[in-house]
Amino acid sequence: MAEGELHIEHLHKAYGDHVVLDDINLVVEPGEVVVVIGPSGCGKSTLLRCINGLEQIQGGRILLDGEVVDGASKDIAALRAKLGMVFQSYELFPHKTVLENVTLAPTVVQKRPKEEVEAEAMTLLERVGLADRAKDFPRQLSGGQKQRVAIARALAMKPEILLLDEITAALDPEMVHEVLDVILGLAREGKTMIIVTHEMGFARAVADRIIFIDEGAIVEEAAPADFFDHPQTERAQKFLRTFEYEK
Amino acid sequence: MAEYLPLYVQAFWLTLRIGLVGIFGSILIGLIVAMVVHFKVPVLKQIAGAYVELFRNTPLLIQLFFMYFALPRMGVPITAEACGMLGLALLGGAYMAESFRSGLEAVESIQFESALALGMTRAQLMRHVVLPQAVTLSIQSFVANIIFLLKETSVFSAISLMDLMFVAKDLIGLYYKTTECLVLLVIFYLIMILPVSILGTYVERRLRHGSFGPAGA
Ligand SMILES: Nc1ncnc2c1ncn2[C@@H]1O[C@H](COP(=O)(O)OP(=O)(O)OP(=O)(O)O)[C@@H](O)[C@H]1O
Ligand SMILES: [Mg+2]
Repeated sequence: MAEGELHIEHLHKAYGDHVVLDDINLVVEPGEVVVVIGPSGCGKSTLLRCINGLEQIQGGRILLDGEVVDGASKDIAALRAKLGMVFQSYELFPHKTVLENVTLAPTVVQKRPKEEVEAEAMTLLERVGLADRAKDFPRQLSGGQKQRVAIARALAMKPEILLLDEITAALDPEMVHEVLDVILGLAREGKTMIIVTHEMGFARAVADRIIFIDEGAIVEEAAPADFFDHPQTERAQKFLRTFEYEK
Repeated sequence: MAEYLPLYVQAFWLTLRIGLVGIFGSILIGLIVAMVVHFKVPVLKQIAGAYVELFRNTPLLIQLFFMYFALPRMGVPITAEACGMLGLALLGGAYMAESFRSGLEAVESIQFESALALGMTRAQLMRHVVLPQAVTLSIQSFVANIIFLLKETSVFSAISLMDLMFVAKDLIGLYYKTTECLVLLVIFYLIMILPVSILGTYVERRLRHGSFGPAGA
């Protein structure tokens, strides 16, 4: 199996009796950008958390490069290092500077030399437009800036796949663009990504493939143009209508 | 008064030595107990809970008596000095554990998950992400505990340690210069505790208003 290939087979996830994901099957090819959309509570975040082994799954399996992702296994840390994740809420380490946030995992987890990691971190911060804030602490940054640092921090581990969970949902509208621009740039470079978003315009622009989930199951799967212009199922049509406004 | 000074100074160093070792021990015990309780380690969690309640709800004097008089009878020889250090460490450990535990609880779970998602092991994320924040968040009660423990050193004379209190009582008994001896006692305790107090307030302020504010600010 190639590097950065993700297979999800018959994934079943439940909290007690409450089934959250039911028989999810998904293959993500290296270089592909998959955007997951669906109504609130349909299980999008849970799917990303399962992929990262942050949730125990009740059935099926998840394979990254042919290795089983199992949150309870002792090798899970090594697998997680191959998966970058950015969450909705700004979750930078508040006691570390911007630069330290980016360099911490490469030095501690990958045990790479500090100078090398710092130089790379500065390059990453430059690319997200925050090199001049390297010495600042997270609380001194705006929400959009924090999310860009979080992206740089995830990229510093050189992950094979980037998992992004509504990374602009908590942002003021004027900051959404600066964050999404970074992601569009990564997509153009061929970074493999699974993106959960409510920004439909962005989804359309960035996706190679749209996955529409409703009530824990994949209801529709299509190229973005097809999905947005000709949604096949009634549920997808209904969902897309919620983004339209009457004039 | 000056002729008593050397006695006080000697007692001061003894008290300080026992105090520092005891406090250092209490921090270690506190960290371990706090993690055991926070992560609900089976069996150990119950033991830790019982330990905290036992030591928080009995006077240090009785704990010291027990260690000093009962332990040797049970075949565990222990010097008065070691007894003082151990007693302080165990008492302080119970208080520090509560303080660190509340700090750990205040670290948001997203911090754990972010660190896990970056590929950190539990040990790595505790050391680099969670504990530094937990200590920051519990700094206020942490400093209060240190001051409390330094004050508690005044009961050591009860197990015949020649600490500050012992010297003061001794001199009063010999020369009846009650006021002078007590004033000196107060001064030496101030010398010991005031710097901690001032430093503690400074650190608290820095952590709260300075460059790295509390988690989730
Ligand atoms: N820890 C948990 N315990 C119990 N139920 C949970 C837990 N986490 C999520 N759920 C439930 O799982 C379902 C899916 O949640 P999830 O967060 O994955 O939805 P989502 O698609 O990301 O929604 P949103 O768009 O609002 O973020 C919801 O019904 C939620 O209540
Ligand atoms: Mg979600």
